[in-house]
Amino acid sequence: MNNARKPGYAEPWQDPAEEPFVRIEGVTKTYGKVYAVDDVSLDVFRGEFFSLLGGSGCGKSTLLRVLAGFEVPDRGRVLIDGIDMTRVPPYLRPVNMMFQSYALFPHMTVADNVAFGLKQDGLPKAAIADRVSQMLDLVRLSGLEKRKPDQLSGGQRQRVALARALARQPKLLLLDEPLGALDKKLREHTQFELVNIQERVGTTFIMVTHDQEEAMTMSSRIAVMDAGQIVQVSTPSHLYEYPATRFVASFIGAVNIINATVLSQDGDRVLARAHDLGIDVVARSGTPVPAGIDIGIAIRPEKIDVAEEAPTRADNVIDGKVVEIAYLGDVSIYHVETASGATLRVQETHAARSADPHYNWGDRLYLVWNAADAAVLTS
Amino acid sequence: MWATVVADLFRVVGTWGREIRDSRGRYVVTALPLLYLIAFFLVPFLFVLKISFATSAIGQPPYTPLVAWGEDGALTIRLVFDNYRFLLGDPLYVGAYLNSLRFATVATLACLVIGYPIAYGIARARPAIRVVLLVLVILPFWTSSLLRSYALIGILRTNGVLNQILLGLGVIDQPLEILHSNLAVHIGIVYNYLPFMILPLVATLMRLDFTLLEAAADLGARPISAFLRVTLPLSIPGIVAGSLLVFIPAVGEFVIPDLLGGPDSLTIGRVLWTEFFTNRDWPLAAAVAVAMLMLIVIPIMLFEYFTEREARRGEGRTG
Repeated sequence: MNNARKPGYAEPWQDPAEEPFVRIEGVTKTYGKVYAVDDVSLDVFRGEFFSLLGGSGCGKSTLLRVLAGFEVPDRGRVLIDGIDMTRVPPYLRPVNMMFQSYALFPHMTVADNVAFGLKQDGLPKAAIADRVSQMLDLVRLSGLEKRKPDQLSGGQRQRVALARALARQPKLLLLDEPLGALDKKLREHTQFELVNIQERVGTTFIMVTHDQEEAMTMSSRIAVMDAGQIVQVSTPSHLYEYPATRFVASFIGAVNIINATVLSQDGDRVLARAHDLGIDVVARSGTPVPAGIDIGIAIRPEKIDVAEEAPTRADNVIDGKVVEIAYLGDVSIYHVETASGATLRVQETHAARSADPHYNWGDRLYLVWNAADAAVLTS
Repeated sequence: MWATVVADLFRVVGTWGREIRDSRGRYVVTALPLLYLIAFFLVPFLFVLKISFATSAIGQPPYTPLVAWGEDGALTIRLVFDNYRFLLGDPLYVGAYLNSLRFATVATLACLVIGYPIAYGIARARPAIRVVLLVLVILPFWTSSLLRSYALIGILRTNGVLNQILLGLGVIDQPLEILHSNLAVHIGIVYNYLPFMILPLVATLMRLDFTLLEAAADLGARPISAFLRVTLPLSIPGIVAGSLLVFIPAVGEFVIPDLLGGPDSLTIGRVLWTEFFTNRDWPLAAAVAVAMLMLIVIPIMLFEYFTEREARRGEGRTG
C-alpha cells in the first residue's frame, strides 16, 4: 500500500545530493522541567507523506506545533524550503494544518470555511469561488457549500478541514491525527483517499498519529518517537522488518522479544543463549555485537512456522503446547508455551478454506524460524 | 422589570435551554419560572396598567375606579387615555424618555468597550486565577448600590478624591466639575452595570474553542483579523445578553441619575418617582411606567422574533 514506494518512485532520502524540504535541526521544547521535544533533528523531502508516530506524550504533537508556528522552540531551528521559519508567526508561514478537532468555524458555511484562508490572502472574488469549488470537488463535497459544520457528519467535517487546509496551496500540510475522530470503517476508506489526494496535489504531508497501522498504510517514511526523541526514521517496511530498538519492534506490529546473551558471532549470524526459552538461538545482525552483552531478539509471529514433527534442518526449533487460540478469519493466532514456561505468539495464515482449526488447545507442536527473520536489538 | 431581564437572559443565553427541552423535566423547569413571572410580574403589571387608565382623585387609593355600577344598575367601564395623550404631548416626558435611552445606550456601549477586554482576559486566564478574577468582578455587589453611589459622590465632587489626586499630580490646575452632570451619571451607570456585561461575556468566551483562533492564524489571519472574523462573531450571544442586562435596567435607573446627575439629567426613572411620590398622580405615573416598559419590551420582542426566525431558517437547511 505504500504509494511512495511504487517501482521507479524516487526515494529522495537515499540521494545525498537531494536537499531536504523541511529541516528540523536540534529542536528542543520544554514545558517547565518537562522535555516535550528533546534535541530532535529530522529531514523531510519534497512530496513525501511523512508520519510522526508515537504514544501520547511522546512529543509528536509538539513537534507538529513547532512546524506550524504555534510553539517557538527553546533551541534549534526549523527550515522550510531553505528558509529559517523558527520565529516566523503561523500566519506568515507557507504551511497549513489540519487540526485533530478539525477546528471548523461554526458560524461559517462550508464554502466560507474553505474560503477563509483565500480571503486572508486577498484573492479576487472570482478566483476564490473557483478555488473553493475545485477544493470541494477534490474532497467530494460539492453541493454542500451552504451547510454549516454542525449540519455535517464526522466524515464530511474531516473533508472540509482537509479542503480548507489545502485551499491556499501550502508548501507543507500538517495533519494532526487526521483520522482519529472517524469510526473504523470510514477510517480505512479515508486512509486511501488521503494518500490519493496527496499524490494528486503533490504537497508534502507531515502527519502525526498514534496508530501504527495508519502510519504504515499511508506514509513514505515514519519517524517513531518516544519520550521527546526520535527513535528511528525509516520506511514502513524497513521499520517493520528491521526495528532498531525494542520500543520500535513492539510499537509497530506484534512481536515476540526474547531476552538473550550473545555467545558468538559468525558474519551476520549471532549465536545467543535465550534465558527465557532455555535454548541457544541464532539471529541475524548487520552490525557486530560483542560476546557477553544482553540483547533482545525480535521475531514476528507470522515469521514462525508451525510443524507437527521436528524438522531436520532449521536455524531455530523449540517445542511447546498450545495454550491460547484466537481465530480471526484470515489468520489464527496461537500462544504456545514452551517447556521453560515462556509463551511465544505465532500467527498462521488461512490460505485455504476450512472450518476446522488446525490445532487445538493442548496440542504439542514445534516452532521453527530462520535466523534471518530474527532481529537483534541491542537497546 | 427584573423578571423580564431574567426571562430574556434565559432565552438569549439559552443553549442549556435546548438541552432541557429534550428531557422529561422540561415541563417542571419551564413551569416554575413561568409561575414566578405570572405572580410577580404579569399580575402587578396588570394592576399598573389598570391604574394608568384611571384619573387621579383625592382619596385612598388616589385614583378613580375603572369599573363602577351606575345608579341605574348598569356596569360602566371608563378607560381614560388622557394620561398617554399627556405623555406624548408634554416635551418634559418625551425628553426624559430620550434622555434615558441615551444614557442607557452610551452606558451599554461603554460597558461593552470596557468589559469585553476584561472578560476576554478572565476567560483566557488559568482556572485558578480565573476564579479570583471573577470574585473580584462580583465583589462590589456585596455593598449596596446606593452606598456605592454615595461613595462616587465623594470621589467625583469638586474637592473630592479624584480632583485632589489630579491637582496633586499637576495634571489639572482647576478642579473638574464632574458631579451633577451627565458625565457623572454615565460614570455611575457604567461602574454599576459593568459586571452584568462582563459575566455573560466570560461565559460565552470560555465556551469559545481557542483552537479556532489557531486555525485562523494558520490560515493566514493576523491576530486582529482573527478577532474580527472568528472571536467577535462567536461572542455575539454574550454581547447580546450583556447588552440587554445593562440596557434594560439602565433605562429605568433612578438612584444614580438622582444622586449624581444635575438638573438637566432628567430621566424617566426620576419623572416616575416625582409623579408617584411628589405629585401623587398615580394614573399618570402608571402611564409613564407602562410606556417605559413598552419602549424596552417591544424592541426586544422584535429582536427575538427575528433572531429566532433566522435560527429556524438555518436549521431548516439540514438535509
